[in-house]
Amino acid sequence: MINAEDVFETFQKHRGDAIVIATGTSGRVWRNTSTNERRDLTLGNTMGQTSSSALGFALAQPGEKVVFFDSEGSLLMNLGNLATIAGKKPENFFHFLMDNECYATTGGQPVPNASEIDYAEVAKGAGYASAHSFDNLEDFATNVEEILKETGPVFVALKIVPKVENLPIGLRARQPERSRAETIKIVREELGISAD
Amino acid sequence: MVNQQPALLKPETLLEEFRKNGVTHVITIPDSETNYLYELMVEQDWLDVIPASREGETFAIAMGLIVGGKVPVCLIQNTGMMESGDSIRGMALDAGFPMVFIVGYRGWNRHGVVTDSAARYTEPFLNAMGINYYLVEHDDDGPRISVAFDEAKKNSRPVAVLIGDEYHGFNR
Repeated sequence: MINAEDVFETFQKHRGDAIVIATGTSGRVWRNTSTNERRDLTLGNTMGQTSSSALGFALAQPGEKVVFFDSEGSLLMNLGNLATIAGKKPENFFHFLMDNECYATTGGQPVPNASEIDYAEVAKGAGYASAHSFDNLEDFATNVEEILKETGPVFVALKIVPKVENLPIGLRARQPERSRAETIKIVREELGISAD
Repeated sequence: MVNQQPALLKPETLLEEFRKNGVTHVITIPDSETNYLYELMVEQDWLDVIPASREGETFAIAMGLIVGGKVPVCLIQNTGMMESGDSIRGMALDAGFPMVFIVGYRGWNRHGVVTDSAARYTEPFLNAMGINYYLVEHDDDGPRISVAFDEAKKNSRPVAVLIGDEYHGFNR
């Protein structure tokens, strides 16, 4: 398994000017890693549907590389979206899955069939142009640059060390975060998209 | 005296309303009554049709398209709309963008005796979400679709268009 921080540090070296959308627990880690927050976009706030909104954005902006960091709990809530994505064949869409095999924010309960399911095979079977899986940092670091040059939709499944949170949600430390509306406004400015 | 039945709703009427309002994408899960509309939509070079796997996706895909500068419409059935509750909340209402969605009103009829619970709960569902809606039954009602677009833009909110009688005019 790989630490989420290491995944993001490694990805960051090859990000270029990609638009990055991160959801779930990983999203919070990415916000501490990103060095280009003007191209970080928040599209979440619905159970499991951020992969769909990320697809919509990728289709609207085919000239931009769109990298989406998903979690396996979210993906399982919206698994049909793999077929929806594959059907539209967005060449600019890179779908990274941060799979910690559990619902970390609710105390670490396992997701269904947590350690047996092969998400890369599922994505490949759904019709993604390519799918990869990594469970150690060295292999991921060796391959990520070439993967980001592939034609999408590309799927990358990563086994991640879980960071289980057990404190009642109201007692957890809250990080200052930019709102979804704020990230949308800035990304639109960055890409010259009319707000109408 | 014989009352003439108004013209049925032609799929061309919907398409013309989409074109007039600058629609770029239709995200849809077809139902059994909309085959002809689907075929017409995919023939249009100005329109991109996105088939979704489940209705909740349609609102999220639409939201991403809007953020990216496009003008999408969701085209689903009332059963799927009810499945989409959390997506409508998070991706349409909370997002604060204009978004029009077209809903096949399964089970609706003009006689007031509703036997299909899909119809019984459709308007209460929209009312509970605070979403305004317009009923479109035949061609004469087509301009209500533009009214829905204008209202969505003015208020930066979702607005629904309910297609009464489930597109019966859309079959060949």
